Amino acid sequence: MTERTAQDISINSIELSVDGVRVRVAPGATVAAAVLTVDARTRTSVSGEPRAPLCGMGICFECQVGIDGVPYQRSCQILCSPGMRVTTCGEPSLP
Amino acid sequence: MTGNHDVIVIGAGIVGAACARACAARGLQTLVVDAAGVGGGATAAGMGHIVAMDDSPAQLALTRRSQQLWSAIAAELPTEVEFERRGTLWVAADEEEMQEVLRKQTVYAAAGLETEVLDARSLAEAEPNLRPGLAGALRVPSDAVLYPPAAASFLLRQAMDLDAKLLAPQRVVAAANGQVSLDDGSRLYARRIVNACGAEATRFLPELPIRKRRGHLLITDRYPGFVHHQLVELGYLKSAHSVAADSTAFNVQPRQTGQILIGSSREFDAEDSTINHALLGAMLRRAESYLPGIGRLRAIRVWTGFRAATPDKLPLIGPWPEDASLCLATGHEGLGITTSLATGELVAAEIAGVRPEIAAEPYLPARFGDGIRTDSESMLFGEAAYD
Amino acid sequence: MKKDFDILVVGAGPAGIAAAIAAAENGLRVGVVDDSPSPGGQIWRRGTQPPTAARRWNDRFEAAAVVRMMGWRVIDCLRLTPEGGILRAECNTPGVQPADLHFRHLILATGARERFLPFPGWTLPNVMGAGGLDAMVRGGLPIEGKRVVIAGTGPLLLAVAAQLTAHGASVVAICEQASLAQMAPLALALLRQPGKLLQGAKYRWATRKTPFFTRCWPAAALAEPNPGPGSENEPQPRLQAVTLHREGKQWTVACDYLACGFHLVPNTELASLLGSRIQDGFVVTDQQMRTSIPAVWCAGEPTGIGGVDASLLEGRIAGLSAAGKTEAARALSKRRPGMQAFARALERACRLDPRLRELADDQTIVCRCEDVRMAALRGRSGWRDAKLHTRCGMGPCQGRVCGGAAEFLFGWSAGHAHPPLYPARVSSLMEEAEEEAMAASSSHPAIEPE
Ligand SMILES: Cc1cc2nc3c(=O)[nH]c(=O)nc-3n(C[C@H](O)[C@H](O)[C@H](O)COP(=O)(O)OP(=O)(O)OC[C@H]3O[C@@H](n4cnc5c(N)ncnc54)[C@H](O)[C@@H]3O)c2cc1C
Ligand SMILES: Cc1cc2nc3c(=O)[nH]c(=O)nc-3n(C[C@H](O)[C@H](O)[C@H](O)COP(=O)(O)OP(=O)(O)OC[C@H]3O[C@@H](n4cnc5c(N)ncnc54)[C@H](O)[C@@H]3O)c2cc1C
Ligand code: FES
Repeated sequence: MTERTAQDISINSIELSVDGVRVRVAPGATVAAAVLTVDARTRTSVSGEPRAPLCGMGICFECQVGIDGVPYQRSCQILCSPGMRVTTCGEPSLP
Repeated sequence: MTGNHDVIVIGAGIVGAACARACAARGLQTLVVDAAGVGGGATAAGMGHIVAMDDSPAQLALTRRSQQLWSAIAAELPTEVEFERRGTLWVAADEEEMQEVLRKQTVYAAAGLETEVLDARSLAEAEPNLRPGLAGALRVPSDAVLYPPAAASFLLRQAMDLDAKLLAPQRVVAAANGQVSLDDGSRLYARRIVNACGAEATRFLPELPIRKRRGHLLITDRYPGFVHHQLVELGYLKSAHSVAADSTAFNVQPRQTGQILIGSSREFDAEDSTINHALLGAMLRRAESYLPGIGRLRAIRVWTGFRAATPDKLPLIGPWPEDASLCLATGHEGLGITTSLATGELVAAEIAGVRPEIAAEPYLPARFGDGIRTDSESMLFGEAAYD
Repeated sequence: MKKDFDILVVGAGPAGIAAAIAAAENGLRVGVVDDSPSPGGQIWRRGTQPPTAARRWNDRFEAAAVVRMMGWRVIDCLRLTPEGGILRAECNTPGVQPADLHFRHLILATGARERFLPFPGWTLPNVMGAGGLDAMVRGGLPIEGKRVVIAGTGPLLLAVAAQLTAHGASVVAICEQASLAQMAPLALALLRQPGKLLQGAKYRWATRKTPFFTRCWPAAALAEPNPGPGSENEPQPRLQAVTLHREGKQWTVACDYLACGFHLVPNTELASLLGSRIQDGFVVTDQQMRTSIPAVWCAGEPTGIGGVDASLLEGRIAGLSAAGKTEAARALSKRRPGMQAFARALERACRLDPRLRELADDQTIVCRCEDVRMAALRGRSGWRDAKLHTRCGMGPCQGRVCGGAAEFLFGWSAGHAHPPLYPARVSSLMEEAEEEAMAASSSHPAIEPE
């Protein structure tokens, strides 16, 4: 497993995984920010284009990822928490 | 646009579009007038299930004929019509409903429709997300799914390729004796006028035996493979929907996009398009009782639409007894997407004065008598129909 | 879950915070619900950095006896009468039951979103909104050393440039679509609000090394060349450069991010669902911030894009008025006309150049949820017709992005809002309103998603 960092990592940083890659982020970081430290994209569009966050404020739905097995979560509106498993670009698996 | 036409079709829903296409194909000079755009009425609200239904022999004849006509043009339908022969599963919850499966199979076979009986196990294999313990199902492989507004557009385009004309947006305020009056004060003339205004048909013919019957639908995000067939319960047969009370039934459809369309509800005397939360909730709980995982799917949108319901659950197709210039093509309740094509065929045959492919009598407005009706309270509306 | 409030505020931006504080200080049970994980709205959003500019407001908000529901979005209205109503909210954390929020008075403080315009390449990863990139950075996206082009229109561009510069980004160009002449009256209006003028000057000073172009916009966002098929872990295309356009000249600038926003669009979906009167895109209110519907107030950007000071003022007026402090509200509302003059000047300054309509070519995607391209939309008769026949606006964002573009490109106005206001779990729509449940007291702890 490779390891990436987002922001300055303090002792009380949060560790989660994005597509199996371990990521450490500062408390208060959004899942969208964590994803972008690993991959440039969050989802695949209906015609197959790679997409990444656009609005950062919960209205565009481009930042949707799967979190702990639940698909279609807006990663810009959700804060990272320890042990989260985030999946990007996957087939919309059933919740 | 002014001057004389052979036919003026009022309404560019799927029924009006099908009528225009059939008339134009018979060489009739046809004009279509719609108050809004193409396919924006009930056609935009319906499920788009092309389904054979056997509530009565006449209903089976009309839906069966329509299904054949859809099959005949299936290859021409552009991709945006999203036509897919998904097949229907009529789901039986218990042994009593299994009897209905067998009865239905016999009736369909007599009409030349091939079906397959699934036992509990093969049903679970075919649709793993259904709850365990269901008795079985009847599979009707020839049933299909399509996207109604695009289908209406396609039918109208074909009509226009045959020189039919479209006038929209333009509201009709009166239609009688070969004369159509428009909102802007102008008038149009035609030998025959087809009223294909769906649930709005009573606006200029208040005496029609039609009541609006509101329905709710919910569309989810994309979950390809969640269900494979259109799934409909047989339970409503015995859950004895009362005539007056609102009702819901389990009716779920997989869209080509991977989205799931969840229905259905029925209520009379609801005139606006707002959501009835109690009924919506009941409808969704009904769906969940068959598909336990459905609550976790994400809903994108909920909307309502209006069916044009008649007392005997059959549409009104053919001349109106009180005005020889008027021809009706309405009252399709929850089956107008399916039966649009056979309706068009019947209307065009009537106007051209030729013998139609199927007997026209069961659908003739004259079956309700000359004056049709005077008092809406006396109308006896049938049990909850399908969709 | 059922919660009872005297006053429910939707939105915890400046307007919502000010409204909630004003109402709570008058002893009422107040609840605030917001989709974001932390309060502050678009301008004071917290993220990984502690709040600075708005500490005073944030502190007051934290101290106020207010039930805060952060990370909850209002998805539907179950009932609305002159005596009050019920909104249903869903938690952004899966597995949490939806909440029915009962209120006597409702204050809509739903803010605004950026307007996005389609141009070739705008769907590439790393092309974001201006406020969007700013929000991402506050949410922890590392920006240090990254090259950023900022484009679009409005004072937001400078604010974002200053913010990103402070975080160590190298802002390589700021492109304002308006001309200097068009923006001049805004500077005059600002003269009457020295605070704002000073702020602008500070922003420009902070970004003094960055070229600032007027009448300039992105003609295309360019992707890294695709390495071609074959490689297993094929890198996905992402932004590499932007072609800028100014007065017939085009040139290309290499960058890591393009932050692009064409002013703001008010969030009026909830107001529309409730049936409140909306005119020219904005919620209509009286001087007390009352909407056309009894029991419903509206404050902040949905009533007009006037910036943070206007939002704060309107929030306080709405909070006081809803709490029955009519006199105090009336006294405050005397200060509104000045704010409204600024909003009008801002609107004129940000008026979009008609040539921006030509940016998208036939192949450019307009609706990003359903991948509907420009060619499919040309010739449609209106928003509903386009929706029905092309699927434009039918995806999860429900036209929040493409609707603002279509309004400018084709002059179509979006229709009436339908439930759910945001995509919601099917199960959240299954139950009827809970009538009997424990009352929420103002001493309740904040309801946080975790
Ligand atoms: C929830 C729901 C689910 C359904 N599911 C199915 C299904 O799965 N399968 C199926 O086969 N059917 C289904 N239906 C039924 C189907 O949608 C309708 O029967 C069908 O769309 C009727 O088509 P229409 O052309 O008669 O009416 P509409 O589509 O309503 O068209 C009428 C047209 O007339 C126009 N019009 C009205 N008044 C005027 C006027 N004064 N002047 C000019 N123009 C006017 C309107 O603008 C409109 O375009 C469903 C219906 C509902 C509500
Ligand atoms: C990045 C950025 C920087 C800005 N900088 C400045 C500046 O320097 N100076 C200035 O004057 N203006 C600035 N603005 C404009 C600023 O948005 C407004 O001045 C101010 O934030 C408006 O406050 P508000 O309370 O009306 O709305 P907002 O701050 O937009 O808050 C509205 C809140 O409502 C929530 N919401 C909406 N709908 C729902 C729902 N259905 N359910 C739950 N929650 C909902 C949203 O999540 C949001 O948090 C900036 C804007 C942005 C995007
Ligand atoms: S980035 Fe737009 S919703 Fe998250």
